[in-house]
Amino acid sequence: MSRTPGRRLLVVSCGLIYFFLMLPLLVVFPISLSSAPYMQFPPPGLSWQWYERYLDDPQWIDATWRSLYIGSATAVFALALGVPLAFSLVRGKFFGRILIDRLALAPVIVPTIILSVAVYGLFAKLKLIGTWYGLVIAHTILALPFVVLVIGAGLRDFDRSLEQAAEGLGASRWRTLARVTLPLLRPSLVSAGLLAFISSFDEVVVALFLAGANMTLPKKMFDNILMEIDPTIAAVSVMQILLVSIVLVLIGRFGRGLKDSAR
Amino acid sequence: MTGRGFLPALPALILLFVFFLFPVVRMLGFSLEGGTLDWYAKALGEQLYLRVFWNTFEIALLVTFFCLLLGYPLGFLMATTTPFWATVGFIFVLLPLWTSVLVRTYAWMVLLGRNGVFNRTLMEAGIISDPIPLLHNFTGVLIGMVHVLLPYMVLPIYGAVRKVDPAIPAAAAGLGASSFSIFRRIYLPLTLNGIFAGSVLVFVLSLGFFITPALLGGGRVMMIAVLIEQQVREALNWPFAAALSAVLLVFTFAVYALAQRFTRTETESAR
Repeated sequence: MSRTPGRRLLVVSCGLIYFFLMLPLLVVFPISLSSAPYMQFPPPGLSWQWYERYLDDPQWIDATWRSLYIGSATAVFALALGVPLAFSLVRGKFFGRILIDRLALAPVIVPTIILSVAVYGLFAKLKLIGTWYGLVIAHTILALPFVVLVIGAGLRDFDRSLEQAAEGLGASRWRTLARVTLPLLRPSLVSAGLLAFISSFDEVVVALFLAGANMTLPKKMFDNILMEIDPTIAAVSVMQILLVSIVLVLIGRFGRGLKDSAR
Repeated sequence: MTGRGFLPALPALILLFVFFLFPVVRMLGFSLEGGTLDWYAKALGEQLYLRVFWNTFEIALLVTFFCLLLGYPLGFLMATTTPFWATVGFIFVLLPLWTSVLVRTYAWMVLLGRNGVFNRTLMEAGIISDPIPLLHNFTGVLIGMVHVLLPYMVLPIYGAVRKVDPAIPAAAAGLGASSFSIFRRIYLPLTLNGIFAGSVLVFVLSLGFFITPALLGGGRVMMIAVLIEQQVREALNWPFAAALSAVLLVFTFAVYALAQRFTRTETESAR
């Protein structure tokens, strides 16, 4: 591209838009290190006090652990159900396949508030409010579309002659699946699992309804933000940003590239 | 079911039926309690609630407009720059996307509050004498929502601009076309479906938005999702919440159906 004035204007305006996008992340870091006893920006000095407060508060730590294991269970569950589903949708030929495809993607189309209220109504009847597995079930439904999309894309790009070669050499269907298909799909599996984990770890609307007294990290944050603006939230936020960044780096390193799945 | 390859889908299907389809249908059924449409009449007939629907539409439209305004240049630049800068651009778009909505909402509260960063800076610079209200109002909700939804606009537009054969704008430039006319006569028409896809996605996501209006609106900006939550948790009025949900769901599906119709005719005419 030539350096026309139009191009220069584009670059400058994009710089401003990127600044807008990064702005919230840029303020959270300094606030989390503030030495002031209350919200102040820019901070007058640096200290670790908000991190200490987070780490010393059993409520925060409790909520963090709960979110971590609910996220992990959701990832495992979503993969266990979503991978076979994606195989069916991509490779199967049966009546109603398109309908099932729509149903599997519906949880991202149906507004989360409707899903939350509906599941809340059912879980209240079944006495599942406040249980960790109730939340895992609901989060799995929200994570399924990610798994189906990522694994589906991986399967569509798959070179099936490799499977035919394995079967031609005498491998059974299961052996081919375990030794050829799944290992070759590993980048997609890694991405799908990590995306499912993040989608649960960050999820707040469903958790607001279903978590009851057993706080997840996002629910605890929501309540705190509603109550008071305390820099502890900033410290928690920074930890969350770091964790998500690590997961994204893992996806970039071992998973199917994010740019590939965005296409 | 007839055919092959259905069985692996069964466990996921059972989960979707029992914990997704069934509860949603069951809840929507509450709205018809007593066999009348009274709750729908209330949702769509009373001035108070019509205002909420109208508010929601207005915010969704404005959010879509601003996302397009900010998202097009970003998607365009990322698609036409060097691979290195495209990757940097991707990181800057994806990092906020994957940062919890709560973290970002909190940050906007810090930035936009009465004693927030913006007001403080503007007052110290002597540009304003009193803080401008940016939080707990329409402006705050708008800023927060545009920030959350912008990546959903950038990605489809990036994809659409990437598909444009660079030889076409290059030829136009060689023939003496200005940057503006290259954009208007080549890129804009060729990326319309990306614009369309991004706009539909952002609009539909805005309609059902909950966290940002709940926190940045401070109870003063009522959107439909916030109203549904209040009806369930505070008023315990399930039938009314169900009727509101049904209306929101119908709007959401209608927008998607319309969008699919449009894209279908577009691809057909392209052939």
